Amino acid sequence: MLKANSTKRQVSSGLPLKAKWRRDWQMVLLMIPGVLFLLAFFYLPVLGNVVAFQDFQPYLGIMHSEWNGLQNFVNLYGNPDFWDALRNTLLLAGVQLLLFFPVPIGLALIVDSLVSNRIRRWFQTIAYLPHFLSWVLVVTLFQQSLGGAGFVNNLLRQAGLDPIPFMTNPDTFPLLVVAQLIWKDAGWAMIIFLAALTTVDVSLYEAAAADGAGRWRRLWHITLPSLRTVIVLLLILRIGDILSVGFEQFILQRDSVGPGAAEVLDTFTYYAGVVGGDWSSGAAAGLAKGVVGALLLWGANALAHRLGEPGIFQKRGAS
Amino acid sequence: MRPVWKENPSPGYQAIKAVVLGGFALVIVIPILVVVSTSLASDRDIIDAGGYVLWPSHPTLKAYQTLFSGGLMGRAILVSVFVTVVGTAIALAVTIALAYATSRPVLFGRPVLLMVLFTLLFAPGIIPMFLVVKQFGLLDSLWSLILPGALGAFNFVVLRTFFMNVPGELLESARIDGASDFTILRQIIMPLSKAVIAVVGLFYAVGFWNAFFNALLYLNDTSKWPVQVILRTYVLQGKSLSADQLGVEPLPQPQSLQMAVVVVALVPIALVYPFLQRHFTKGVITGAVKG
Repeated sequence: MLKANSTKRQVSSGLPLKAKWRRDWQMVLLMIPGVLFLLAFFYLPVLGNVVAFQDFQPYLGIMHSEWNGLQNFVNLYGNPDFWDALRNTLLLAGVQLLLFFPVPIGLALIVDSLVSNRIRRWFQTIAYLPHFLSWVLVVTLFQQSLGGAGFVNNLLRQAGLDPIPFMTNPDTFPLLVVAQLIWKDAGWAMIIFLAALTTVDVSLYEAAAADGAGRWRRLWHITLPSLRTVIVLLLILRIGDILSVGFEQFILQRDSVGPGAAEVLDTFTYYAGVVGGDWSSGAAAGLAKGVVGALLLWGANALAHRLGEPGIFQKRGAS
Repeated sequence: MRPVWKENPSPGYQAIKAVVLGGFALVIVIPILVVVSTSLASDRDIIDAGGYVLWPSHPTLKAYQTLFSGGLMGRAILVSVFVTVVGTAIALAVTIALAYATSRPVLFGRPVLLMVLFTLLFAPGIIPMFLVVKQFGLLDSLWSLILPGALGAFNFVVLRTFFMNVPGELLESARIDGASDFTILRQIIMPLSKAVIAVVGLFYAVGFWNAFFNALLYLNDTSKWPVQVILRTYVLQGKSLSADQLGVEPLPQPQSLQMAVVVVALVPIALVYPFLQRHFTKGVITGAVKG
């Protein structure tokens, strides 16, 4: 990386603007499509969040709709559906964090300890695959396997047992959601831990083994500390994302388990705004979610710094 | 690479590992196998098995012939292929150009980089996004599926990190030989980064092929629905595809027809996946954990 910087570009960084332009105009040209895209499909929509402070009427548009200050947020505050959505979001995020997060770490530890490279490759090939399937497909596969007329219940019925309503029971819905998430993404999430494990200095293990440390001691005192930075990093990202529990997964299953269990902030925004036509409430809920999410990410990262971990922003800055 | 002290793994641990990993793999493979088998099963297989077939004894392609004979599903496949191919091409072009331009210290490089990284921190929200797409007149147009997905910050970071690691001397000597930045990008950077570009291309392609929510949000016109929306409507929600929507008669068993839709959504990914799989780790790690 340092090598890349030592070109004439950096040496001559004191040039006047005109000379820089003559030198870099092609690079600037290369940036234009990307910048236009960012302006049109990120920064413009970010500004569009002002409708959260308006009584937005589609036929009047943003320019002519009336401002109503914080009224939309006050309305949200008094809307029990919003609180249900928030509660569901936090509950589901908590269950996901607790039950999903350790699985890839465990899988990575087992895979890393495999002696046969062939089995290892086979397992990785199979485990990565579901990450590339869409949520529609994953939910469909669950439906076909565990649904009322699905494969498993077919077997149960043939065995003379009562079918189990895996897919429609609102009480067990959080568990179903985590099961789907593990099925889809645990194998993929394992990649990063596997990569981190390959960077562990083997001589540490040898030294520990020579000193008589057994399997578990080496796991506890060498392997896990080596993973700590990555674990903290992913935990921060997860916390920053805690309010986005996974939109498609819930919108797809909201009909079968009911909004009582499957309404989350994102689906609330969609049904209130796009479906219900209450654009301003939807935008207010969405904006609140975005801001709180960014603050959580910031806070978690600051906490990680305080604990002496590199976190995320520092890393990016250093790149 | 195993550490060199080489202990003999105890049979107890071996058994636990085998059960955990084998179980995980089976849970992934069996539903996919059942779906593929059922889509290939004949009507008699399905009736005999009472719905699902683990292995078709009289395989037939009837369900697929019906799907590809045109009508709603045939169009949906064309839509998905179009969105995926055009979307991936545009997204790669935009991302590669931007990642290269910001990978060297150049005029405006820093602020543009920050512009991209900020998108990782904050999401604009569904409603403003919808209003913007509507304002641009993209509702009910396939461009509404393509354009908003044309730059993924994660893919950008992966490419940029890789480009930054191309030795500066290489570019310097090319520049002395009179190569322009365009030439350097095309003839040095891109050939050197083929594997990473392929992986990022796969990530984009998968994103476009899997696009469901954007389609639900922006497309009312059923003739423009991609495969994923068809999958949701006719398989997950259980609406049945009628003969005039499919354009043929007689229809095969609804079960095998539905599973064929599932397989159509699945196959393109299963096809490209094995070729790119060995590059994943490299691609993901350049983007995520550095050093």
